[in-house]
Amino acid sequence: DMQEKETVTPERAEEAKLKAKYPNLGQKPGGSDFLMKRLQKGQKYFDSGDYNMAKAKMKNKQLPSAGPDKNLVTGDHIPTPQDLPQRKSSLVISKLAG
Amino acid sequence: FLGAGGGNDIQWCFSQVKGAVDDDVAEADIISTVEFNHSGELLATGDKGGRVVIFQQEQENKTQSHSRGEYNVYSTFQSHEPEFDYLKSLEIEEKINKIRWLPQKNAAQFLLSTNDKTIKLWKISERDKRPEGYNLKEEDGRYRDPTTVTTLRVPVFRPMDLMVEASPRRIFANAHTYHINSISINSDYETYLSADDLRINLWHLEITDRSFNIVDIKPANMEELTEVITAAEFHPNSCNTFVYSSSKGTIRLCDMRASALCDRHSKLFEEPEDPSNRSFFSEIISSISDVKFSHSGRYMMTRDYLSVKIWDLNMENRPVETYQVHEYLRSKLCSLYENDCIFDKFECCWNGSDRQVIFHGTVTLFLPPLCSIVMTGSYNNFFRMFDRNTKRDITLEASRENNKPRTVLKPRKVCASGKRKKDEISVDSLDFNKKILHTAWHPKENIIAVATTNNLYIFQDKMN
Repeated sequence: DMQEKETVTPERAEEAKLKAKYPNLGQKPGGSDFLMKRLQKGQKYFDSGDYNMAKAKMKNKQLPSAGPDKNLVTGDHIPTPQDLPQRKSSLVISKLAG
Repeated sequence: FLGAGGGNDIQWCFSQVKGAVDDDVAEADIISTVEFNHSGELLATGDKGGRVVIFQQEQENKTQSHSRGEYNVYSTFQSHEPEFDYLKSLEIEEKINKIRWLPQKNAAQFLLSTNDKTIKLWKISERDKRPEGYNLKEEDGRYRDPTTVTTLRVPVFRPMDLMVEASPRRIFANAHTYHINSISINSDYETYLSADDLRINLWHLEITDRSFNIVDIKPANMEELTEVITAAEFHPNSCNTFVYSSSKGTIRLCDMRASALCDRHSKLFEEPEDPSNRSFFSEIISSISDVKFSHSGRYMMTRDYLSVKIWDLNMENRPVETYQVHEYLRSKLCSLYENDCIFDKFECCWNGSDRQVIFHGTVTLFLPPLCSIVMTGSYNNFFRMFDRNTKRDITLEASRENNKPRTVLKPRKVCASGKRKKDEISVDSLDFNKKILHTAWHPKENIIAVATTNNLYIFQDKMN
């Protein structure tokens, strides 16, 4: 219905696009899940959930995962600090000072 | 637009660019903060690799009256290193989130730099002489056999090549469970605040083993979490007053005289929302990414995803001015959400605080500083300026293609829809990887520092 479309704000139109792509998108984007993710920035490694999953051998089960999580060191082994890629400090002088 | 020619409009020209030319940007080189010191003589940058680079403005050359001094490297040091929190199994990034300068009290310069967890006070000092002529030590430091000393001499200081040394004088650690987003030095020059997602702490610059918690918005049940702190700043003149902004687009002003824990605000600044316009994106784009007081402290400026707002501290129910930074992005929110750009945190800044000086006969009047222009970044290496008096705005680009000194920068224009004119760029052609998140304005002169991903541009107004 052309008339309805004209009264839809650009924001609502974008929202409709997003919901069409991700039908399971939560109703409260500003709510806890979203904010919790923000608070946990940097928490990529082992936690007790991973440990339990490894114990129960969840490898065969299809788990929902977003793209970036594929690189996480989780699930089938418990990483120790030695396993983690060592973050070396920058010994190189900044290129701004070059 | 603010453009070439006419009245008091500033004509911006390229001055310098710092950083590597290559397109392959190493993570460590991503600039994460830019800040002039109080005199404007020094310009500091912090990066994702935890390094700080400080540039110093050359003294004005009398023969080169057509340009102000250039900025050259003065000091560079590693401020923060990556750490690993074994207890929580999380990596602590060395990225410098903020740098704030202390006002200069003696020959040395001091700044605070912070990553997600730890704030450090750095002393930057110059050494241009060294003692020579010790009795018991050779010049290279080796000790002399005392029995070979037959005469005594008085050691003297002799000039040496300037050496600039940075040393950490205080380390303020272990006070933040969440990630630090702001630091702000109080006008008493003795204390400062640090803010993370849920708490704000007050520190004394001399004391590292204690800090006072002054705001705590962590709910007893984390399921009830509805907003986080996004930025905080002390009032420029009232040492008891500070503000903090939230992810829901509100700003709270707090008075430390009211109570020890400032969980209850003195003022709440919030623009009422039109419920019919509400969408999935509304809250996300209303999240305030930066808050800055004007120099007088009468106004404050906030930056959310699409706009800059000016608030009068005396009016809580709506901003006095709103400037659209890139309104054309409203119809791109879906893809900006998918590529995470919608979460980009843009900063904003006021023009410098030159006081107006009026000479009237034998009387000199010093009027309050003018805060009449605001600046903020956008995508495609564009940045925007809004003149509050003329209501005109301009879009400029930080690009190496424009780097002819003293040539006025050409204004840019984005074509939102319809037929694109010759020099315009269409929204779909914008490069969303080229973001200008950090900009700074010299406190006294019309010199600006604009950071692209890994380069620092310095622009000046065209002097006559």
